[in-house]
Amino acid sequence: MKGARIGRLLLWLLAGAAGGALAADAADELLVRGENVYQRCIGCHSLTVHRTGPRHCGLIGRRAGTDPGYQYSPALADSGIVWNAESLDRFLAAPLDRVPGTTMGFAGIADPEDRRAVIEYLQHANREYCNGIGG
Amino acid sequence: MRHKQFHSAFQNSRRRFLQTTAGTTLSAAGVAVVSGLGLSSALADVGDADVQKDIRILNTAVAAEHEAVAAYQLGADSGLLTKAVAPTAIAFQSHHKQHVDALAGAVRKLGGQPAEPKAEYAFPVDKLESERDVLEFAAGLERGAVSAYAGAIPLFADRTLSGAAASILADEAMHWAVLRQVLGLDPVPGAFFS
Repeated sequence: MKGARIGRLLLWLLAGAAGGALAADAADELLVRGENVYQRCIGCHSLTVHRTGPRHCGLIGRRAGTDPGYQYSPALADSGIVWNAESLDRFLAAPLDRVPGTTMGFAGIADPEDRRAVIEYLQHANREYCNGIGG
Repeated sequence: MRHKQFHSAFQNSRRRFLQTTAGTTLSAAGVAVVSGLGLSSALADVGDADVQKDIRILNTAVAAEHEAVAAYQLGADSGLLTKAVAPTAIAFQSHHKQHVDALAGAVRKLGGQPAEPKAEYAFPVDKLESERDVLEFAAGLERGAVSAYAGAIPLFADRTLSGAAASILADEAMHWAVLRQVLGLDPVPGAFFS
């Protein structure tokens, strides 16, 4: 929820910086879609803090299962995955198929465009907001 | 003036919120019974790998339910909830406690060890300055829980557990709708949720 509020503020600021027009361009639309898709994650995740699932700040470029302060499943810690757009896309499509034994009991995001949008949102949040949180 | 109008609308919604509390509690009791019956037969003949997978999914839900219990306790202890609202928040917390009990019971029946609550939760305490903040925070958690259960239901090897999870999803969706109503938002903002 905290992350979602921050996300809305960021998007609003970006629209203002582009000349005050309320109509979002394609990139903004993708971010808005990504923020909406991210609502599916907030039952367990936050950008900034570990909850039932690990935080998402610092995710991009990190080796899976290595953020300090969160107890990962052995399956994810041993997966060898490094998180980037490609690996996130494959994982989010079907987490339990990609990493059997993960504790992320979530069927996945079936729509490729929804996955692209939420990955764009995560990358954006990591660039613009996280400020070193999560390494 | 706009503030007064908003305040009045908020109070009216809150009154309706309270008028529905007794009915909501009775409904939740019914849901708990159904969940209990479902979980009591949750030892279907599935393979060990599938049992372990079901235990992991259940325990993720147990952990999230523990967080919800703690979040409502934070709200109750905050001093921000009025006497008119606090009993309903406590009723919702009670539902989450029942979810913990039911899910943890299923984990034990499958031979697992239920997840324990965390010693501490990193809630955005500094952002909670009013009753509305607390209710928005609770609504966000409930909305997230709906998605979490929607994502978990297709995964259980034992389909009885899928049914139990669906009954919990329904309860938490009702929480979310009631909280949105009180906040002056469309209580049911769409036909589908994922």
